[in-house]
Amino acid sequence: MENNLDNNKKRTGPVLFSKYTRGEGIKKALAMPREDVLFELKSSGLKGRGGAGFPTSTKWMLVAASTASKKFIVCNADEGEPGTFKDRVLLMEYPELVFDGMVIAGYTIGAKTGIVYLRGEYEYLLLQLEEYLMKMRDDNLLGKNILSKEGFDFDISIRLGSGAYVCGEETALIESLEGHRGEPRNRPPYPVNTGYLGFPTVVNNVETLASVPHIMQKGGDWFRLIGTDKSTGSKLLSISGDCEKPGVYEIPWGTTITELLQFVGAQNTKAVQVGGASGICIPKRNFDRHLAYEDIATGGSIIIFNESRDMLHVLQNFMEFFVEESCGQCTPCRIGNTKLLEGVKMIRSGEFTFSYINALKDLGKSMQVASKCGLGQSSPNAFISILENFKDEIFFHNGYGRK
Amino acid sequence: MAKENNPRIPVSQQPFQVQKPEDTTAIGGTISIEVNEKKVSVPFGTTILEACKENQIHVPTLCHHPDLCVAGVCRICVVEVDGMRTLQTACTFPITSPIKIHTSTPMVRKARRHIIDLLLSEHYGECYSCFRNENCELQTLAKEYGVDSYTFGHITTPKFDVDRSSASVVRDMNKCILCKRCVRTCIDLQEVGCLEALDRGHETHVGTFLDKPLAEVICINCGQCINRCPTGALRANDPSDQIWNAIDDPKKHVVIQTAPSPRAAIGEEFGIEPGHSFTGELNSALKRIGFDKVFDTNYTADLTIIEEGTELLNRLKKALVDKDESVKIPQFTSCSPGWIKFIEHFYPEYLDYLSTAKSPQQMFGAITKTFYAQEAKINPADIVTVALMPCSAKKFECNRPEMDSSGFKDVDYGLTTREMAKMIKEAGIFLPEMPKSHFDDPFGDASGAGLIFGATGGVMEAALRTVYELVTGREVPFKNLNITPCRGFEGIKQASVKLENCVDAYKFLEGVEVKFIVAHGTANATKVMEMLKKGELNDVHFVEIMACPGGCLGGGGQPIPTSEEIRTKRAQAIYAEDESLELRKSHENPHVKLLYEKFLTEGPCSEKSHHLLHTHYTKRGKFIS
Repeated sequence: MENNLDNNKKRTGPVLFSKYTRGEGIKKALAMPREDVLFELKSSGLKGRGGAGFPTSTKWMLVAASTASKKFIVCNADEGEPGTFKDRVLLMEYPELVFDGMVIAGYTIGAKTGIVYLRGEYEYLLLQLEEYLMKMRDDNLLGKNILSKEGFDFDISIRLGSGAYVCGEETALIESLEGHRGEPRNRPPYPVNTGYLGFPTVVNNVETLASVPHIMQKGGDWFRLIGTDKSTGSKLLSISGDCEKPGVYEIPWGTTITELLQFVGAQNTKAVQVGGASGICIPKRNFDRHLAYEDIATGGSIIIFNESRDMLHVLQNFMEFFVEESCGQCTPCRIGNTKLLEGVKMIRSGEFTFSYINALKDLGKSMQVASKCGLGQSSPNAFISILENFKDEIFFHNGYGRK
Repeated sequence: MAKENNPRIPVSQQPFQVQKPEDTTAIGGTISIEVNEKKVSVPFGTTILEACKENQIHVPTLCHHPDLCVAGVCRICVVEVDGMRTLQTACTFPITSPIKIHTSTPMVRKARRHIIDLLLSEHYGECYSCFRNENCELQTLAKEYGVDSYTFGHITTPKFDVDRSSASVVRDMNKCILCKRCVRTCIDLQEVGCLEALDRGHETHVGTFLDKPLAEVICINCGQCINRCPTGALRANDPSDQIWNAIDDPKKHVVIQTAPSPRAAIGEEFGIEPGHSFTGELNSALKRIGFDKVFDTNYTADLTIIEEGTELLNRLKKALVDKDESVKIPQFTSCSPGWIKFIEHFYPEYLDYLSTAKSPQQMFGAITKTFYAQEAKINPADIVTVALMPCSAKKFECNRPEMDSSGFKDVDYGLTTREMAKMIKEAGIFLPEMPKSHFDDPFGDASGAGLIFGATGGVMEAALRTVYELVTGREVPFKNLNITPCRGFEGIKQASVKLENCVDAYKFLEGVEVKFIVAHGTANATKVMEMLKKGELNDVHFVEIMACPGGCLGGGGQPIPTSEEIRTKRAQAIYAEDESLELRKSHENPHVKLLYEKFLTEGPCSEKSHHLLHTHYTKRGKFIS
């Protein structure tokens, strides 16, 4: 938007925020057999950028191998994790990366239809994205026999979400696409087997798809040079909170939190919430940890808290979020989160016992393993990590519980 | 049960279809797995729950029900699978690889305990004041898992008002644990869809369209949701207090009619295995409770056959002889009040296909307050008629404004099997120990044809026994009068009987192949109605539809729990009783003959019988203000 001078983009990198000519990746991919595209992707080591880190090539391979009559590629643009805003930048400034990625995916897995599930709040992007798609159709980057590749038909449509956080979960997203209540499905079956309308479906994050054209163009080996052994390539981070330069940063995987805090200009930092509300809270003593799938995995949300912040307050905020955003389907998540929030309020009012708070922590651990989807499985993370890492502050220094 | 490919069910709630190999001995047909360190072999695609059951390992369930598609929402059945980070729900997980399952690890037990604790914390009310006390799945689980305190507190004020708007179903959402069995029953099993989860997160609750009272939505009152609710959140509208008042009032003459299905199932409420009828014992018990007369609904079932059968023959005559094109054929049965309300809501333009004959319950009410009152010399205003039915929709039916042809409310109260059992217990009677006794005159014992109304296909079988004999002068050509094509729990059954050598009055039916269809459960009714819409039923003459799966014996007023196995046993009890009777054809019932001689002297489908024994229907549609 015009009031953002640089559209919040603060640090460019070799992959996502780099030069790319529209259609180049598609051209390269279409010149290869589908197996080679998969091979290139596999050698790149690209993993899902939504946070879970599932190898993208495996996901594509499973659908490519299917003999189903229809297949789908869905772009998950329901960017709803608190503190994340990187997909918006990609969609606004680099739509060619995202859409080219979808076309390449369509070619590789054998899908004829791509669907972008766009966050309801991003409705203002809809028009410009539709216009962009029209241009792609004009240039035969979409439509029939794309770039004269005989028999390769592919088109993309955009669908708007309605504001439910849980619809960012891939199976709930598919339910929502089908017009149902946004509730996660049982898995197995996984979407690669029984997805949209029951057909094999690849659901990829915006950023995952946006990485693909570069990999096609420059090769998997090039991609692997960036980042760490197990976390290849670079990552967009949405950095917010107590720092001088909040915004979207492209960093190579493996960057430590300390390094991160330096280039965003954060001072007196007490804690960093990595991965949004469903992520974990890293205390100062662990700032030497690396952002990487093998250490601290993240979908890109980084929230920085300095010494002035009340961590219990932060926790309450997160728990209120989950109580409201749980789909309400499964017991551990629907009632468990309420109980955790009640616990936080009890601590605030000083009317609690340590044994009850420990019982809640235990409950949180059950929620992590017994909830139906990632929302319920990760919602106790903040409760457990904040109470554990900041227990001195919360229980003794701030005076909670001494009334 | 029919559950495949219903577009109205979200895929998440449809079962995961793994193609199971037909031959389990073929390579890949079975998979070797380990359950609790024991090596077993199971067919490919079996769920963990089924595999555990096969191997005598109990895995607790709550949202799972054998009649319904999987949901996997309560999470109580979680088990540990080696190599998986999180616990897996046994009811949803199909076994497609050689996995190792552990059903009772510390993590599993703790998670289950936590889930029960959480459910109890939001489950308002106390067990001792709940009608499901001792028959509640949540209570049983709490006991099984030794939950002896409310770890996470216990709600002490109700969140919702109890919805008593419906004549049939009472909804107390304070006791709801959101297993969504009712939702799945309504949309998947019955394809009605008046219940759905509303709101999100902690505010989620099961509700109707715009959270309207149940009486103002398209609920058909079948009560199948009640039968499948694991707790006391759903129950039937219980009139037993009013009935006690009537019994205790010396001025009132209280008569009760009992339908065959409750008699075949009420033993279950007293701890007897399903499949035993307690007709004679029930007669004695009802007398001891204080009912003045005990009548058999089968009597009016026989009467229904006469009226409905005559109506069918009249329709056929008008169509075949008079070439009257306004006559609607096939004729649909009208005994099931759930089905009546279903067609009124979903297919209002097809109401003319329904037989105008009232259901046996309503015929009984009308006859009791006219013929019986006259015979017994009792002022009909002092008669209170109670109907023991397997059904919650009967409560709505007896309250329909048009059901007052006797000049009074024909049937005052509809009572379910469960409520009857409660009254019997309250009177200090243990039913199975009662001596047997007969029904009261002037209606006496009825025919086996009326009896089998309780099972799906029963009305058709009873009607054929009579119609065939009326038309040809001979008994139906089936061994022991058992018309087997009408029997069994297949969703939609089709068959035909050829009419040959007809008597003179019915020569116009010579050579006609009477085709009939029997369907049960409104999901199957929908299929039949769609066939009708497409004109595929042009050569069909008679259609029996019962709203509930299995027919009346699976009705919404029957003892809880229900499953196909239980329903099969109830059906066996009913068919056995039919076969044990001398009198098995409606038109041979001497008491029915007497009624036509003494009271309905102009015969079936005459003006008087139309006034008392027939009714009309309301085009409701889906918009209810």
